[in-house]
Amino acid sequence: MGTIISMRGVDKYFGRFQALNGIDLDIAEGEVVCVIGPSGSGKSTLIRCITLLENFTAGEILVDTVPVREGRELELVRREVGMVFQSFNLFPHMTVLRNVMLAPIRVRRLSPAKAEERARDLLIRVGIDEQAQKYPSQLSGGQQQRVAIARALAMEPKVLLFDEPTSALDPEMVGEVLDVMRALARTGVTMVVVTHEMGFARQVADRVLFMDGGAIVETGTPQQIFDSPREERTRAFLKAVLHH
Amino acid sequence: MGLIETFFNAKVFVETLPLLWTGLVVTIELGLLSIGLGLLLGLAVALMRLFGIAALRIVARIYIDLFRSIPLLVLLIVIYYALPFIGIRLSSFASATLALTLVSGAYTAEIFRAGIEAIPKGQFEAAKVLGLSWPQMMVDVILPQAVKIVIPPLTNNCINVMKDTALASVVAMPDLLKQATQAQALAANPTPLIGAAAIYILILWPLVLLVSRFERTLKVDTR
Repeated sequence: MGTIISMRGVDKYFGRFQALNGIDLDIAEGEVVCVIGPSGSGKSTLIRCITLLENFTAGEILVDTVPVREGRELELVRREVGMVFQSFNLFPHMTVLRNVMLAPIRVRRLSPAKAEERARDLLIRVGIDEQAQKYPSQLSGGQQQRVAIARALAMEPKVLLFDEPTSALDPEMVGEVLDVMRALARTGVTMVVVTHEMGFARQVADRVLFMDGGAIVETGTPQQIFDSPREERTRAFLKAVLHH
Repeated sequence: MGLIETFFNAKVFVETLPLLWTGLVVTIELGLLSIGLGLLLGLAVALMRLFGIAALRIVARIYIDLFRSIPLLVLLIVIYYALPFIGIRLSSFASATLALTLVSGAYTAEIFRAGIEAIPKGQFEAAKVLGLSWPQMMVDVILPQAVKIVIPPLTNNCINVMKDTALASVVAMPDLLKQATQAQALAANPTPLIGAAAIYILILWPLVLLVSRFERTLKVDTR
């Protein structure tokens, strides 16, 4: 399978703080990659650079061979890359259905009827079809996040980025969101998931990246990373998160 | 003459009512036009100030500060009496509309700016990541939410513009106040002035109540 995301020598500075340090990364089409690491390690910055929510300072990112940069190319990239945020970021003044329909109508120029059909199918898929006419504030956090996933899927992206999708949820709602993501991983969409859910990473990821200090410290299959990490920093991190 | 006959003289009131009516029509035309143009101008300036290139931001900022500093009456008199010296001759209606619009636009711009800045960053990011263009993001996502927030202060501003239309009477504008003073002179009785005051209150009181109601409901419904 071809490479869908390619990062070469990507640096990102916030003022004098270096958030990303020479990131080289290739992600294959259909691959599910989980990014783990301590907070402040650059995980979120990494995926935010892929869709240019953060301007990277140096290096190059290609999404499906299109360079990620301001201008005409960015439109192409953003059509192909969906993102799910920690804080859901649903549009509060629109119904759930309208949230999912908006971008296909505006960006893909779908007819409202076609967009609604697609939106309803997706809401069934994430188990929110009965709440289609409600507003986001009437839903639980877990439901809102599932709507956000449906909204991202409605653009039929080639790549889905997840920025700590369960971190803002009450513990009893984490499972329902992870279930949806697990099902999604089996459909062949490329996923890059920044997460603190080690169980999910171990079970669903094709590859796990461990980041620290703005760099990718270690990468491998879940078995390699969780069962026999090579790097001392990886061991220390896993020890801290798995035995608390 | 008794107090009632002086201030609330029914005969004088009925006689001068047609004159007051023509004044009221002018006042409402002037008010609505200035409010409408001020809203458009204010939105444009707010967007310039928030999202424009550096030069535009500076221009927007200077405009906002300048027209919030200058007294409306002074601006009006400058436009009507000073501009003719450089060949710009505006009618009293045009002068009043221009002055009211410029000042209202500056206040409206600050109101819109505050409303847009109150929208969480995540809303902008979600819209961008979905591939919406900048105008689509503003029209579909940001402005509907921002406008909802700023309706109470905008209504307040509308009340101020409506009240300030009375200043136009100093540039010979036949508005409600001007017609009332004319009528008072003709009838040699202050009833038309009292009538005009009552009409201003009648028009604006409901708007004032509306603002209070917005403020109450916003306190309850904080989501």
